[in-house]
Formats: sequence, C-alpha cells, structure tokens
Amino acid sequence: MNGSIWVNFPFIVVALLLAIGFYTIGFKRNLIKVVIGIEILEGAVNLFLVALGYVKGGYAPIYTLAPPEAANPQNMVLPTPQALTLTSIVIGVAVSALMLAFAVNIYKHYGTLDVTKIRRLRG
Amino acid sequence: MIEHLPALIIAIPLFGAFIAPLFKKKQSIAAVWAILITAITVILSLMLMYQVRLHGIIVYVFGADKPTIVLPSGYKVPIRIMFEIDGIGAFMAISATLMSFVGALYSYSHVKAESGLEKYYALLLLLEVGILGMVLTGDLFNLFVFLEIAGIAGSALVGFRNYRGEASEAGIKYLIVSAVASLMVLFAIGILYGEYGNLNLAYISRQVSLSTLDMIAFGLLFASFAMKCGSVPMHYWVPDAYTEVPAGINPVLLVSTYASLYALFRVSFTLFANVSISLERVGWIMSVLGVLTMFIGVTMALVQKDVKRLMSYHAISQTGYMLLGVGVGLTVLHNSDALAEFGRTAMAGGIFHIINHIIYKSLLLMTAGALFYVTGTRNLNEMGGLARKMPITTLCFIVGAAAISGLPPFNGFASKFLIYESSYRLNPLLAVFAMVTSILTLASFVKVFASAFLGPPLEKFENVREVPRPMIVAMVILALLCILFGLFPDVVLNKIVYPAVDALINVAQYQSWGGLA
Repeated sequence: MNGSIWVNFPFIVVALLLAIGFYTIGFKRNLIKVVIGIEILEGAVNLFLVALGYVKGGYAPIYTLAPPEAANPQNMVLPTPQALTLTSIVIGVAVSALMLAFAVNIYKHYGTLDVTKIRRLRG
Repeated sequence: MIEHLPALIIAIPLFGAFIAPLFKKKQSIAAVWAILITAITVILSLMLMYQVRLHGIIVYVFGADKPTIVLPSGYKVPIRIMFEIDGIGAFMAISATLMSFVGALYSYSHVKAESGLEKYYALLLLLEVGILGMVLTGDLFNLFVFLEIAGIAGSALVGFRNYRGEASEAGIKYLIVSAVASLMVLFAIGILYGEYGNLNLAYISRQVSLSTLDMIAFGLLFASFAMKCGSVPMHYWVPDAYTEVPAGINPVLLVSTYASLYALFRVSFTLFANVSISLERVGWIMSVLGVLTMFIGVTMALVQKDVKRLMSYHAISQTGYMLLGVGVGLTVLHNSDALAEFGRTAMAGGIFHIINHIIYKSLLLMTAGALFYVTGTRNLNEMGGLARKMPITTLCFIVGAAAISGLPPFNGFASKFLIYESSYRLNPLLAVFAMVTSILTLASFVKVFASAFLGPPLEKFENVREVPRPMIVAMVILALLCILFGLFPDVVLNKIVYPAVDALINVAQYQSWGGLA
C-alpha cells in the first residue's frame, strides 16, 4: 500500500466534509438541517486538527509509565492539537445547544422551520 | 498587583459573570452588581493604558515569570499562553469597558420589567470578557476561544426577548454567522499550526512568508473577521441583531463587532505583516471594502421606517470609514514617505473613528431605546411631537445625530476630517464617496428628528414622561463624551489614538519581546 495517499486521506475527507457542510448551510431549507450543516463543518475542522498532529503508529503523549521506545518525542502523537480539538468540541456543544434552543423558540412563534418563511425581519 | 493587571481585567468580569446568576430572587441587585463590576473594569483598563504608555508593550505569561523561559531541552519557542498588550489592545480595552459600564447603567431601568435579568447581566459580563480577551491576547487559539465566547454571549443576548419570535430569528442569524466565521478562523489557525508548530502571534508573524498555504490562511482569517465586523457582502446580520437586542446591550454588541475589526487589523498588520508589506493590494481591498460598506450601508438606511433598524444600517456605513482609514494606511505601509505623510493620519482617523462611533452610535441607539421605552413602538410613522415631553432625550439625540453626520464641533467631525484629508491623497474618489456618505447620513437623521421629535403632539402620547434617571445618566455621559472628544481631539489623539496607530505600524516591536527565537 502506497503511504502517500493514505497519509493525505484524512485531509481529503476534511475537504469533502467542508463541501458537504457549506452545501447544507447554503441550500437546505430546514433550520435543523442548517444546524446539522454547522455541526458537519465543525467535525471537518476538528478532524483537520487531529489529523495534523497524528504520527503513524505513535504513542499517546503521556510520559508517565510510557514504554521506553516512546520516550523519544518523535514517536509520540503531538498533544497540542488534541487539546485544541477538545476545547473546540466543548465550544461546539454550547453553540449547537444555543442554536437548537433558538430553533425551538422560532418554531413556537412561526409554526415552521422553513428558512424561506422565517422572514419577518427584512428591508 | 499592578503586574497582574492583564489577568485581573479578565478574571474580575468573569468572576462577576458567574456570581450574577445567584441573584435570582433580587434582580435589581444583579443590576447593581453588574454596574459595580463594569465600573471596576473601567478603572483597570485605564490603569492598563497608563502602564502601556509608561513601559511599552506588556507581555503577561500565564504560569511563568517571563516569556523567555523555554523547555529544558533547549527547544526555543514560546510554549505558554500569553497576553500581549500594546497601544491598540489597551485602546480597545478602554472602549470595551467604558461601553459595558454605560450599557449596564442604562439596562438598570430599561429592562427592569423583564424576567430572567440575572442571566441577562451574567451574559453582559461574559460578552465583556470575550471582547477583552480578544483584544488583549497574544495567542491565536485564545483569540478563537474568546471570539466564540463573545459570539455565544452576544447571540444569546440578541435573542433575550424570547417572547418575540423576531428576537430568536435575529439571534440564530447572528449565531450562524459567528459560528461559521469562527470555525473558519480555527481552520486557518490549524493551517498555521501545521506549518509553524506554534500558536503565538509574535512567533508566527516572524515566520510567515508568501507561500500558498499562508495566503489561504490569510484569506480565511480576513474573510471571517470581515464577516464578523459587518463589512459589506456579509452585512445582513447587523441590522437584525442590533434592532432586536435590548438597547442596553447595543453599546457592548457594537464593541464586540469592533473587536472583530481589531482582529482584522491585527491579522493584516501584525500576523501577516510580511505579506501586507509586499502586497499593496491587501490595503486596496480593505479600502474598497470600506467605501462599498459605507455607501451601501447609508443607502439602505435612507429607506428604513424602523428607527433602530435605520440606525443599525448607519452602523454598517460607519464601519466603512474605519476600514477606509486603516486600509489607506495599510496600502502605503511599504512606502515610508507616504506613510509618514498621510498614511499615519489616515490610520489615526480610522482608529479614532472606532471610539467616536462607539460613543455616538451607542448614544443614538439608546435614544431609540428610550423612544421605544415610552412609546412601545419603533415605527417612525407612528411617533411625533416628543421633543416637548422628553427634552433631555431630544438634546442627546441632536448631539448624536450631529456627531454621526460629521458636523463640527462634535467628535464625528474630528475623525472624519482626518479620513477625508488623508484618503484624498491616495485617491480623490475615496474621499468623494466618504463625503457623499456623510451628507446622506445627515439627510436620514434629519428625517428621524423631524418625524419622531418635531410636529404636533400626538394624543396617544399625552401621558408620556421623560425616561428614568439611570437611562438619562447613561445617555448624558455619552453626549458629554461626544462634545469633549470633539472639542479637544488633540488630547485624545495624542494620549490614546497615536499610541494605538504606532503599535500597529511597529510590527518589529510587537515581535521582539524577550529576544526569544
């Protein structure tokens, strides 16, 4: 199996997910689907971050009780992108909770989730 | 204590934000608590500006004495989270804290009748934390986190009146825009991290080159922050959000928009200094965006009937002036003669306009909030003859309207004049558009004044009174600032604006902390 394609494979998936996410936000009429689109975008960005720091066959970046061959930092997975991803996931939960709360409230007042009909603010 | 100022200015409002929800039973105490906390942060931000003027750039490191401490293995890169505060950061911090204070004071009476106020004040303080974090940080990932905090708190406040469907509509619009923008910011951060293995602004800005990946990251950051500061192709969320948010939050929301503008400037001037200096067209893009923003904003404003919506379109249009002023400076950044001749003046105009605009637009939106408070409507066609009933509000409105139209001796004139005379030197057409916009602005505010305040007194507003005292005090503070900044522009320019401009121009100073790496 040729290595170069498989090393870049996560980034191809990232590009696909970004495309799907933007398509969903731009062309879907249901508000819930728009929220899902944003979640897909977030998944793409998180995958991108994790894939950046991954070392093939590497060890978890914990020094305590690490096997001797992991002591060389070259064999460890980069910890910073994982920390960034965790933070970004937490923020993403807050954003999606707030968006869904808005969606519920909009449905109560407008009786629809069709974004082309939720248009009282205009002009 | 003084050396921990940068941490305290974040920690105190954050503490306040988490204490505020405890005052569920006594909601007026929550209001007083928020006023107290924001007043403390105003003092802290003034002290911070003083320290920056005294000692130059402050680099505050979390978890170490000084930024130069590196790994034991001798790998010399910045590894800790740090705040890096220079002139423009301190300038934005003053704007943010001042407006949070005025907003909290105004809210005391304005939203008194609503429920869930303890959460309102908690969100207000969180929004302030987000803005302060964005403008003080020296770390890209921190910038993203605080951008998200400000975005979430801001959109929750836009949707605060959840008994109105329109508020939720505006809230989700704002949230979608800010979520997409900040995800793209994170993507760009990921690209930069993958390339340079670091998140420190000063460190990355030394490494950035004209490679394709860097240009992609720059484009993503530029577009996302332009989107969040309401520049033209993505301006549609601004009028909705500003109209639906309670008037007491308007000042803070304005500053949070300009915190994104600050991030745009920081990215173009500091992070991608190498790119901006070698490519003149980055500055041109910013200037042309500015002209488009101001012209489209004002033409949309002319046809509005809702008073707050009209003023929100003017907010878009005024953002254009800032982009134009700073864009002119960015265009001539590589040419030191032109920079000294008019570039620096243009940037001073653009940055001075940020604080001026925050002051007078908050004042105007607060008078609109006062009109809504007494009449219960925002439709201009239904108002009339309120000048006799509300003399102080009327006076404040006149000051704000004169300031936004750039009439001397108010503060809008001081900064607009700097922008006119310097953008004329780059291209006369830019200055022509700026002046035409100003005239159109005056025209639409004459319309508001005539239809809301003048005319015969209407029968249904027979029992209307002047608004309560905290609202008056908040408006009068801002009106006085408008006049003071207009009468003594030199003091403000020399004390806080030129340090901010020089901080943006002197990239080397920002990069050179500690002589590390």
